[in-house]
Amino acid sequence: MQQIFNFIFKNSNRLLFLLLLATSLVLVIQSHSYHRSQMVNSANFLTGTVYEEVNEVKTYFSLREQNDKLARENAELKRILFNKKDSTSVLEKDSVKGYDKIDVIQSKVVHNSYNTSENYLTINSGSKDGIKPDMGVVSSQGIIGIVEKVSPRYATIFSILNVKSKINAKVKRTNHFGSLIWNAKNAGYVQLVEIPRLASVKKGDTIVTGGNSRIFPENIPVGIIDKIYIDTETNYYTLNVRLFNDMTNLNHVYIIQNKHGEEIKKLEAETKKNE
Amino acid sequence: MNSTLILNIIRFVLLIIAQIVIFNNIDLFGFINPYPYILFILLYPVNSNRAGLLVASFLLGLTVDFFANSGGVHAAASLILANVRPAFFKFAFGLSYEYQTIKINDRLSPERFTFIFISIITHHFVMFLLEFFKFTFILDILLRTIVTTIFTLIVSIIIIYLFKPSKR
Repeated sequence: MQQIFNFIFKNSNRLLFLLLLATSLVLVIQSHSYHRSQMVNSANFLTGTVYEEVNEVKTYFSLREQNDKLARENAELKRILFNKKDSTSVLEKDSVKGYDKIDVIQSKVVHNSYNTSENYLTINSGSKDGIKPDMGVVSSQGIIGIVEKVSPRYATIFSILNVKSKINAKVKRTNHFGSLIWNAKNAGYVQLVEIPRLASVKKGDTIVTGGNSRIFPENIPVGIIDKIYIDTETNYYTLNVRLFNDMTNLNHVYIIQNKHGEEIKKLEAETKKNE
Repeated sequence: MNSTLILNIIRFVLLIIAQIVIFNNIDLFGFINPYPYILFILLYPVNSNRAGLLVASFLLGLTVDFFANSGGVHAAASLILANVRPAFFKFAFGLSYEYQTIKINDRLSPERFTFIFISIITHHFVMFLLEFFKFTFILDILLRTIVTTIFTLIVSIIIIYLFKPSKR
């Protein structure tokens, strides 16, 4: 017994080091394993408040630019509205259920990262505003990511610029599905993989989100094809996609809530259980 | 003793604030951010409490992690740097360093430069290794380590010169 105590006293610094090292390595490994495993994240009161204050100062310099962006978006929405037969009628509700399937919550990015291999954003709305994990996040130009962690007033977003990200997408013209991934090389480009070789894709085709996702509705713009690589081993194309979004300059975002998402999720879980 | 404790607490807080508010937003060429917060570990008194340094470095890194959404990457790298610091002292200043009163924040001699340089490059290599966590990114890891080390080194030396305490 005496010897054990002696050992602990003699090596107390080394033991302390090993204990703290183990703790930090557990946190690292946890953050690298799959989705929503992150314990250390910026969706909490302290980091959220600090980022909001910093962002307050930063956005002041880009007010004009952001206003122009919103005005352009308004013009686009007006164009769609005026081209309808009756521009005063409200959009039709779902004819069976009588309510909209998709809800949109507006929010603001207070912290944006795009220079590591696993990027996250922080937004200034949380569970109080109805944000829940696994909701899709888009801007006026295209997709941004998926809600990861939620606190009462803030939430972190798993960016599409994250090597763990895998989002269902398709080529708009030919309707061929694939997965959207990121190779951590350039913040302006993502990769669309698993597009079969028989698809006749060409440079300049538009990529949109596919219908296989319960997070994003179909046909949200992603980007255009910039380069086509042929994978000699797998018979699939790898497409380099230039994003419509400038991921380095984000401010106003929309969070998409698919009201049927929970139902689909439950159904899928039950199906899996029965197999 | 008491004044060094207070000085270190102030340094801890100020470096974290500077890191989060200023240095995390630099994004030179789109991907380079300096990490001068590790100056806390470098400037910690040489003969002071070892356990205190380990715990403080861990908390320092963890705070930066919280803001950067990076798991425990900074915590682990800072902790490893704090642990190997005595060895780096020996390497840079010679075996008898504990008997001299080494001051890092003084005129930049080759010994001091060596110490700061190997400390920063070790910290950054461990950090990027854990951040990418995949061997296929080894070239990215090395490139980022080198470029960021140079940037952090310049920023750190500027900070040391700016805040050099007046001779007492």
